[in-house]
Amino acid sequence: MDTESTYSGYSYYSSHSKKSHRQGERNRERHKSPRNKDGRGSEKSVTIQAPTGEPLLANDSTRTEEVQDDNWGETTTAITGTSEHSISQEDIARISKDMEDSVRLDCRHYLGLTVASVLGLLVFLTPIAFILLPPILWRDELEPCGTICEGLFISVAFKLLILLIGTWALFFRKQRADVPRVFVFRALLLVLIFFFVVSYWLFYGVRILDSRDRNYQGIVQYAVSLVDALLFIHYLAIVLLELRQLQPMFTLQVVRSTDGESRFYSLGHLSIQRAALVVLENYYKDFTIYNPNLLTASKFRAAKHMAGLKVYNVDGPSNNATGQSRAMIAAAARRRDSSHNELYYEEAEHLVVAVEEAFIHIQRLQAEEQQKAPGEVMDPREAAQAIFPSMARALQKYLRTTRQQHYHSMESILQHLAFCITNSMTPKAFLERYLSAGPTLQYDKERWLSTQWRLVSDEAVTNGLRDGIVFVLKCLDFSLVVNVKKIPFIVLSEEFIDPKSHKFVLRLQSETSV
Amino acid sequence: MSYIPGQPVTAVVQRVEIHKLRQGENLILGFSIGGGIDQDPSQNPFSEDKTDKVNGWDMTMVTHDQARKRLTKRSEEVVRLLVTRQSLQKAVQQSMLS
Repeated sequence: MDTESTYSGYSYYSSHSKKSHRQGERNRERHKSPRNKDGRGSEKSVTIQAPTGEPLLANDSTRTEEVQDDNWGETTTAITGTSEHSISQEDIARISKDMEDSVRLDCRHYLGLTVASVLGLLVFLTPIAFILLPPILWRDELEPCGTICEGLFISVAFKLLILLIGTWALFFRKQRADVPRVFVFRALLLVLIFFFVVSYWLFYGVRILDSRDRNYQGIVQYAVSLVDALLFIHYLAIVLLELRQLQPMFTLQVVRSTDGESRFYSLGHLSIQRAALVVLENYYKDFTIYNPNLLTASKFRAAKHMAGLKVYNVDGPSNNATGQSRAMIAAAARRRDSSHNELYYEEAEHLVVAVEEAFIHIQRLQAEEQQKAPGEVMDPREAAQAIFPSMARALQKYLRTTRQQHYHSMESILQHLAFCITNSMTPKAFLERYLSAGPTLQYDKERWLSTQWRLVSDEAVTNGLRDGIVFVLKCLDFSLVVNVKKIPFIVLSEEFIDPKSHKFVLRLQSETSV
Repeated sequence: MSYIPGQPVTAVVQRVEIHKLRQGENLILGFSIGGGIDQDPSQNPFSEDKTDKVNGWDMTMVTHDQARKRLTKRSEEVVRLLVTRQSLQKAVQQSMLS
């Protein structure tokens, strides 16, 4: 299969995207070598992996439980777990690639986390050290601490507590994605804090420790000034990391390459990789699920319809071959559309009728149960299993017609049915999920087909967004093309209309002499 | 003169030219006006003469205040009015019959 050459290239990309230093410097040289083999010039491509949430070793076991029996519509009276699974070549490559990449990216993620926590601990303990070292080292020479000094102790304690809570809220959040490059602002802030604390220690070491300063109040005030400055750096972090991107500046148009479905999202000043993350998070809830069968089905049906048509030339002999073929294609398309629509609506109607009957049956069952034993409530799972056979056939026919049958396993349908019965939903509410294709999040995780993405862009992904940038998010089956457009500068002016100019008051009769 | 609101009305008008008198600093006309589209028409004091135009300005859709202003412009010494009254209509009809 020709997919093998593509997959082997993935491990190159992930290994070269490992970052070890904090300045966010771009390594163009290292990326050029594998790319030059493809003949494309300075195109950069890095890997973004969305977290899968389930442990990787369990991947195999979940696949074996998958019921691939397509005839469950006719054989639902005895529910046995027949598992004939077949993993294709693509799946094997995908599983092995997932395992490789996640190991490497985890190392990088833990490295970053360790550095940040070490720095945080150092920063937190520094003011305490500043205050505690003089009494420990030269207690006899130190001036006694007065009231003001003790007041400063309290203020240091509370400011450190506030700093701790603020840092925990801002920095220690569960990482939601693995990104190719270090976030520039975060790295800059860590460097700033590091140099700041180092300079304070230098000053302390030289002027206070060496010369054994006796003015303890001055030392405590020095520690307080450090904590104040740290709080201001925390404020800077909030502004740079959170507030700056809130105001929308750009609109991103995201188009799926296979069927052209597009959406628009508004963003503020973000780097390209963060914008890509936002796009992907919204992709899972906004775009309808990617259904490869729908694309191939239309071509197949068109060929079938075209075979039944013949073209007769009424205007006499002519060599207009293109005109003939165009006429054939148009007629085939029309015939295909009309027949497809008829079939579709017929199936949908049958399905709706079957499901409504099943739900009425449920209500009857519930009423009977209540008469027999008023305290007992029927288990929704049992109720679902009881009525499922009556509508299974119609549902399966419908799913086959709309080519969704591999997205809904029998187990998922039963679960959804039990869910609807528990929450007293109408048959229409139950069917809505099957009548119209929903977003990717609605289906089981195994059906998603795409959790690993590659960001392809010809600019560094830590650059900010700009008008006219185009980048592509590729997964195995399709790609999302993202076009960045700037929100235009709006000129808004006011126009004042005197309310008296279009109003008048109806007065009683008045005379004026002129 | 009866009319249906919203439908066009034909009226027989009479041209009247008035030269303003000078009384002190003001130029006055010597009569009183009443009515206007912002006034209650059922309480019109003089229901006979209705003014259609003053010096070319249309008077059919003006408020009391606007009519007063048009009539008392300081720059104009002569005021040309187009006035209509019901008795005019009757007089014309009678003259056409005979």
